[in-house]
Amino acid sequence: MHPARSLILFTVLSGQGFGLLVFLGLGTPEVEGWRAFAAYALAFALAGGGLMSSAFHLGHPERALKAFREWRTSWLSREAWLSVAALSVNGLYGLCLMLGLRIAPLGWLGALLAIATVVATSMIYASLRTVPRWHRPEVPVLFVALALSGGALIAGQRWLGLSLLLIGAGLQLFAWMRGDRALAESGTSIHSATGLGMMGTVRSLEAPHTGENYLTREMVHVVGRKHAAKLRAIGAALAFAGPAFFLLWPGGATVFLAAPFHLLGTCVLRWLFFAQAEHVVGLYYGRR
Amino acid sequence: MTALPDKTDRTLGLVIDLDICVGCHACVVACKGWNDTSQTSGLSDSDPYGEAPEGAFLNRIHSYEITREDAPATVVHFPKSCLHCEDAPCVTVCPTGASFKRREDGIVLVNEDDCIGCGLCAWACPYGAREMDPTTQVMKKCTLCVDRIYNEELPEIDREPACVRTCPANARHFGDLSDPGSAVSKLVAAREGMDLMPEMDTRPVNKYLPPRPRDAEIDVLAPLLEPVAEEPRGFLKWLDAALDRI
Repeated sequence: MHPARSLILFTVLSGQGFGLLVFLGLGTPEVEGWRAFAAYALAFALAGGGLMSSAFHLGHPERALKAFREWRTSWLSREAWLSVAALSVNGLYGLCLMLGLRIAPLGWLGALLAIATVVATSMIYASLRTVPRWHRPEVPVLFVALALSGGALIAGQRWLGLSLLLIGAGLQLFAWMRGDRALAESGTSIHSATGLGMMGTVRSLEAPHTGENYLTREMVHVVGRKHAAKLRAIGAALAFAGPAFFLLWPGGATVFLAAPFHLLGTCVLRWLFFAQAEHVVGLYYGRR
Repeated sequence: MTALPDKTDRTLGLVIDLDICVGCHACVVACKGWNDTSQTSGLSDSDPYGEAPEGAFLNRIHSYEITREDAPATVVHFPKSCLHCEDAPCVTVCPTGASFKRREDGIVLVNEDDCIGCGLCAWACPYGAREMDPTTQVMKKCTLCVDRIYNEELPEIDREPACVRTCPANARHFGDLSDPGSAVSKLVAAREGMDLMPEMDTRPVNKYLPPRPRDAEIDVLAPLLEPVAEEPRGFLKWLDAALDRI
């Protein structure tokens, strides 16, 4: 799949913003007054900025409000509703905190909605059968883990952040191992795509056109896969190993470096999430 | 509404005969021509006369080579357009309701005024049936020529999709696949029409007729033909032997 910048920023930034809202909602750390204002401003900048950048992916951003209509069937629509609900509840809770009022259940509800929003974001991808690497239960779990670890690091939670980084790294490794086999195990091949498998070995002889088209550019992205192994190492180093190192450094002087490194690493991992995903339509073009 | 209808009154669709298609791309041109001119928003191209011409098409023809150990390779031309699936994943993912499946005839359509151009429906389609219009930035797809098949302004013979009407080999057929007595349903029954990517559970309406086996029929005259001489005779026999001795 084509790794669109707007979608990488959307999923990473909104994930980290909602992750931060989870910890603020749970009261780890407990913030009040001006500290609450700063923390919530950062969380809203991340979550809101991410959501705004998703609009740049649209052909008609001016019609974006219509995306609230079909929540019954569409995860994209559910994501829109949940993000608005999460931002509203957390905004209200944050406002109360700034005024020195702590309504704990409101914070818990905000945390729950923030997690639900990240789940909905990931389900936009995980619900697509056409991309076997995405159509897996570990995808939403990994999205939530990365959002929570990012949130914990920004919230300055040293040991909680460290354990979440460990869980995230394990899940990412698992997702890569399973994902690499996903297309082969899905049972979809050029033989089932063309229905001609019973006649012999099928090979694409000629594409329908000499150039590219919307489908090949959007869904048959092969450029970045060349360096996938190296990028995995770089992404894992930035997102997990680096931040863990900064958290463990004696004295805690480098703790503040963990969050920006994790954010950068998550961007690399998310780039790979798109670039490495194979859409089955590529089979019709004899490509992956 | 992006919820799919439980049942459609009719199930209009295409039956495509892979045995007959000659890969002339006439249906591609007819489709592009009709859909570019019949709708106000057109079906545009980007850089059509430049270095990298590209554009939105609702119907494309692939060509595949099939090789076997025990027979010569075969080439199959493979037209592909929207299959108007009964469980259309492109419809249910649409956040705005722009994509919908009609209860009366099962045609999957896009209401372009509601399309936000997010592209999620194109991602959800395993067949590559939807393409973004490079100019209007809304999703385009096969309408089964809904503006032809019910158009009483047209002569009756023309009230079928442009691709079907234009096919010089009669490789494309249009009809109601829910009616077992229809010509298309009979074709599907007689030729064991198949679904593409059945494992995706999309339940496509369009059916593909597989190529028929061919070699057996070619051999009808074989016994009457003089066998090719394996051993040379006369002058050739002498020449063969002489050359062997050198």
